[in-house]
Amino acid sequence: MSESEMAVHGHGALLEESPYAIPSRKLTMWLFIISDAVTFGAFLFAYGYIRVSAANWTRPFESGSVVNVIVMTVVLITSSLTMLGAVDASKEGDKAKAMRFLYSTMALGALFASLHLREWFALFGRHITLSSGLFGQTFFTITGLHLLHVICGVIAIFVVSKMYASGRLSAGYVENTGLYWHFVDLVWMFVVPLVYLTNFAH
Amino acid sequence: MSAAGSSGNVIRKYLPVYFILLAIFLVEVFLSFQHFATGTLVVVLLLLAICSATLGLMYFMHLADERRGLLLTLIPVTIFVLLMMNMFWSDSVRLLHMRPGAQ
Repeated sequence: MSESEMAVHGHGALLEESPYAIPSRKLTMWLFIISDAVTFGAFLFAYGYIRVSAANWTRPFESGSVVNVIVMTVVLITSSLTMLGAVDASKEGDKAKAMRFLYSTMALGALFASLHLREWFALFGRHITLSSGLFGQTFFTITGLHLLHVICGVIAIFVVSKMYASGRLSAGYVENTGLYWHFVDLVWMFVVPLVYLTNFAH
Repeated sequence: MSAAGSSGNVIRKYLPVYFILLAIFLVEVFLSFQHFATGTLVVVLLLLAICSATLGLMYFMHLADERRGLLLTLIPVTIFVLLMMNMFWSDSVRLLHMRPGAQ
């Protein structure tokens, strides 16, 4: 490139275009999601092998738990839908609508977390805890890690929504938070069948 | 198109995916009450979960709308790592039962 061309286009023209055509913060979020997926994968693989190989496995979930897990799943999938609305509204520049969708997502996330804790306390009442054998250890580790992600997600959405509303963050950050939230939803799709649905009392 | 109308449209656009995800979940709940062997049930539920996750990745996370290069970079690597874990964990279960491979 000649000096005159560089004067017109600047040094940016010398840089190669990103092969993924996405902002670096979005690529970073994708890489975080992949590493987190591998973390959950390790726990779920371990659980799967232990579950199949264990001869006497606790099956603590009865009809109340079935209803609870169905409601939890519907709530979480619905929160992904409201997050899609938030991301789209923020891209369109409609802050009021984006905020409404973000608050809805936070409310659904908080509802999911409270239902999750209700399930936990019901198990505690039946003396099933983290230290009560393989079921307790695997169940509370996996669902605890997921619950931690949900709580962090709700906090992240709250912080990003406040900063987005005040104009300190752009719509791209809402999109990144959305990616994380959808990932939390995606992990639940593996946690439910493996950890809950294989442990219903027949 | 107004900004206010667009978000409504995106929700309508993804409603079919939402209902398919719910339907897959209900199928999983139904299957869990059938009397399958544990191993069979785990495999069937896992396959259905992979279908749900694929829909979530492609449409909710918009991976289908990104450049193909992103998908080809992220997904095969993740699958490879998860399959490698499959090797490690089977070994750990064998040790759990105190049956080292040499015996």
